Amino acid sequence: MSELPKLTIAAARDALRAGEVTSAELTEACLSAIDGADALGAFVHKTPDRAREMAAAADERLKAGDAPDLCGIPLGIKDLFCTKGVASQAASRILEGFSPEYESTVTTQLFAAGAVMLGKLNMDEFAMGSSNETSTYGNAVNPWRRGNDTAQLTPGGSSGGSAAAVAADLCLGATGTDTGGSIRQPAAFTGITGLKPTYGRCSRWGIIAFASSLDQAGPMAKDVRDAAILLSAMAGHDPKDSTSADLPVPDFESMLTGDVRGKTIGIPREYRMDGMPDEIESLWAEGRKMLEDAGATIVDISLPHTKYALPTYYVIAPAEASSNLARYDGVRYGHRAKLAQGDGIVDMYEKTRAEGFGPEVQRRVMVGTYVLSAGFYDAYYNRARKVRTLIKKDFEDVFEQGVDAILTPATPSAAFGLGEMAEADPVQMYLNDIFTVTVNLAGLPGISVPTGQDRTGLPLGLQLIGKPWEEAELLNTAYALERASGFVAKPEKWW
Amino acid sequence: MSEIDTATAARVAQLARIRVDDDALPALAEEFGAILGFIEQLQEVDVEGVEPMVSVTPMRLKRRADEVTDGGMADTVLSNAPDAREGFFAVPKVVE
Repeated sequence: MSELPKLTIAAARDALRAGEVTSAELTEACLSAIDGADALGAFVHKTPDRAREMAAAADERLKAGDAPDLCGIPLGIKDLFCTKGVASQAASRILEGFSPEYESTVTTQLFAAGAVMLGKLNMDEFAMGSSNETSTYGNAVNPWRRGNDTAQLTPGGSSGGSAAAVAADLCLGATGTDTGGSIRQPAAFTGITGLKPTYGRCSRWGIIAFASSLDQAGPMAKDVRDAAILLSAMAGHDPKDSTSADLPVPDFESMLTGDVRGKTIGIPREYRMDGMPDEIESLWAEGRKMLEDAGATIVDISLPHTKYALPTYYVIAPAEASSNLARYDGVRYGHRAKLAQGDGIVDMYEKTRAEGFGPEVQRRVMVGTYVLSAGFYDAYYNRARKVRTLIKKDFEDVFEQGVDAILTPATPSAAFGLGEMAEADPVQMYLNDIFTVTVNLAGLPGISVPTGQDRTGLPLGLQLIGKPWEEAELLNTAYALERASGFVAKPEKWW
Repeated sequence: MSEIDTATAARVAQLARIRVDDDALPALAEEFGAILGFIEQLQEVDVEGVEPMVSVTPMRLKRRADEVTDGGMADTVLSNAPDAREGFFAVPKVVE
């Protein structure tokens, strides 16, 4: 087993530039790690030939001295990103066989910077889920286990494949997307770092849409520095996404000093939930102490509308999903049901969507249809949009009071067992996003950093929430937390 | 918990263009009930005078000249179609 896939992006970049390793070697080592890790269900479409070509091209660039940070770095790409000529199906049966004729803006930028694509990564169907159990490909599995217990655990979701692949050192980093916590929750469940940027920081063009006012792409990485390097390459204005921000993208890595002296960190009292496990409670208290010791001022704050964030999300996200997913009609791409004699076009739509969408996607599309239907639009959808305004204002108020960042737990628990939630009603699964979903509703940047382990050895993460467009400062605070916690644990290889 | 009857569940499924068998409707209605019951909490929030959010990040949408910038690639557009004939998407008969 080669040690190369264990490198961070920063270390690999330096080794590549120094000529100590080639991208071809690095890529080959990742490809063999991937082939040995089918039990994790992380990579669902492998692209070894493409990877080798890209690595060869990157090695040429490195030789010529024209090497951006990501030149020659092997990455995994979430299946939600359209990649030209490579299956991109949002882990849904309805996009079986779909091969995009175009490349998403984010992957275009990564590949232009010389990154190497190893393949596509598992996820919840259309990014709807918190356990990667709604995927048409089957489960992704967490490389971590509870001590010697062999029970399979979820890597979280929706970016479960990305999280498992990075945590298991199958790739150096991965792309994720986050609509309600889909980068940060899986990052916390697998002991890696995941960043959801400010809404509008990364172009959504070519990313299969779930809830367009909430969706945002971001990096999933082995540490904060790697997240900074990836974000610089993924972000930027794109005329093809009207909500993408026309703002300069800083060199985030160069702004990591770990100096948080004089910064004010808010601790929101509404995030202290009844029945929260002691371990999460103490993790949070330790994080607070670490930032305090690093010279930050800690203040208690209130975000009064927090408890309404999840119900707001479960109106707005399904509403937008029902509209976005109307395009899957069996006409232009993907699956079309076999029709019976005499079936008309409506039969085709209904059968195609019944066969093509899994139960959770069907449920959300129908809930969205209901809340947008005549007679309910005001009571549900418009009311949720008003509450969303109030949730955003909660954050604006504390930032105005001088708070620079907010510290919360990333998840209400450590990773749970695959199948454990099978009997629970859908709302129980939704509670996974309780600490992350506010950030999407307010359009803010949020980052999950691993800072501890529970008594069975599973990783736990803390979340930092920053001001809009201030990912650089957020990453820097995360860097301080990372250094103070000294989290270095890795899952023991069983796969 | 909000009560959703099977007739409502059937109507929503039909609006969403998702075929649901009759015997699956009671379970679907129950799930809707649970989710809508959860959403119901929003009724207790005072939203008097609050504007519904339109855009999470205040920004002016960019404009550009109204002109053709792309096109002429029918084959590419049709390349993923389940059924395409003579340069068109093909569907079951729509008009009798």
